[in-house]
Amino acid sequence: MIAALLPLLAAQLAGETLIRMTGLPLPGPVAGMLILLLGFALVPRLVEVMRPLATGILGNLSLLFVPAGTGVIGHLGTLSANGPALAVVLIVSTLAAIAAGALAFTLVATLTGTEVEE
Amino acid sequence: MTDFTEIWSYLAQGPLLWLTATLAAYAIGNACFQASGRRPFVNPVLIAVALLAGLLWVTRTPYPVYFEGAQFVHFLLGPATVALALPLWDNLGHVRRAALPLLAALLAGSTVAVVSALGIAAAFGIKGEILASLAPKSATAPVALGISDQLGGSPTLTAVLVILTGIIGAICTTPLLNALRIRDWRARGFATGVAAHGIGTARAFQVNATAGAFAGLGMGMNAVLTAFIAPLVLRLFQ
Repeated sequence: MIAALLPLLAAQLAGETLIRMTGLPLPGPVAGMLILLLGFALVPRLVEVMRPLATGILGNLSLLFVPAGTGVIGHLGTLSANGPALAVVLIVSTLAAIAAGALAFTLVATLTGTEVEE
Repeated sequence: MTDFTEIWSYLAQGPLLWLTATLAAYAIGNACFQASGRRPFVNPVLIAVALLAGLLWVTRTPYPVYFEGAQFVHFLLGPATVALALPLWDNLGHVRRAALPLLAALLAGSTVAVVSALGIAAAFGIKGEILASLAPKSATAPVALGISDQLGGSPTLTAVLVILTGIIGAICTTPLLNALRIRDWRARGFATGVAAHGIGTARAFQVNATAGAFAGLGMGMNAVLTAFIAPLVLRLFQ
């Protein structure tokens, strides 16, 4: 557990430090994720060391949104004032993004001759 | 015997009470989700948030007091984001075999998600903190909260918008892609993961294993790309 926790936290710490030093417009943990990915490439043994912990955390990912989500009580006024507009934004934008992604994938797959996996 | 109000005022001071309440509310939400046959609109996070919001309101507990306890769960968002490196690593083989289609789908899905959300919101006259909170709504929540914070948005508002985006995506993706006659499971899964993160990915895994793996990949890749493009696009609409 410690063997897995240490690289996880160290990668995040390295990511946060890198972002503070360079001023890149990227959240520290995302930089940490890329650093850990690099770690996997350099030390392949690390992947299996980290698998149980990473799978455990990601399996309960939804739980981690609850504290921030509960903060909605401070935004009920904002949400109800902009409710219909926000509903339109979320529905149209999400459907447009799914359609754009799927169409772009099939178009380029056809153009480059990548075989279809149905 | 000690009075209940005395016990309450003692417990309400420390982090233990609200940490326990957070886990309990999520356990109830998750039980409802499982009992419904994992239907996307019976979302465990929404149920937990509704229960906790009600509890805070009834007990007249201010959110900062609640957060004293809940911060231990909240802290794990950072390590969870770093842990996304594992599914990305596991799917690198897929990336090599379909690099160009994946790249095209990532760019198209991610850009359309941010531009359409901010464009429509700006047309409705939404601006400031709410607009910034909307920008990363298709990214997975731990990353979206970090982006929102950096852009001057409200991470709590972003959390709610991200969850709603995931639920909308999970409900609509199958009928939408059927209507568009897209049959490639890689395209269907990847696009769903890019637009509707973890909730969309969970839905994709229910439909097809290949779609699920590609959805996880889409979620991870979009987390990185959104961090780069959300600040750029937001600047256009401010």
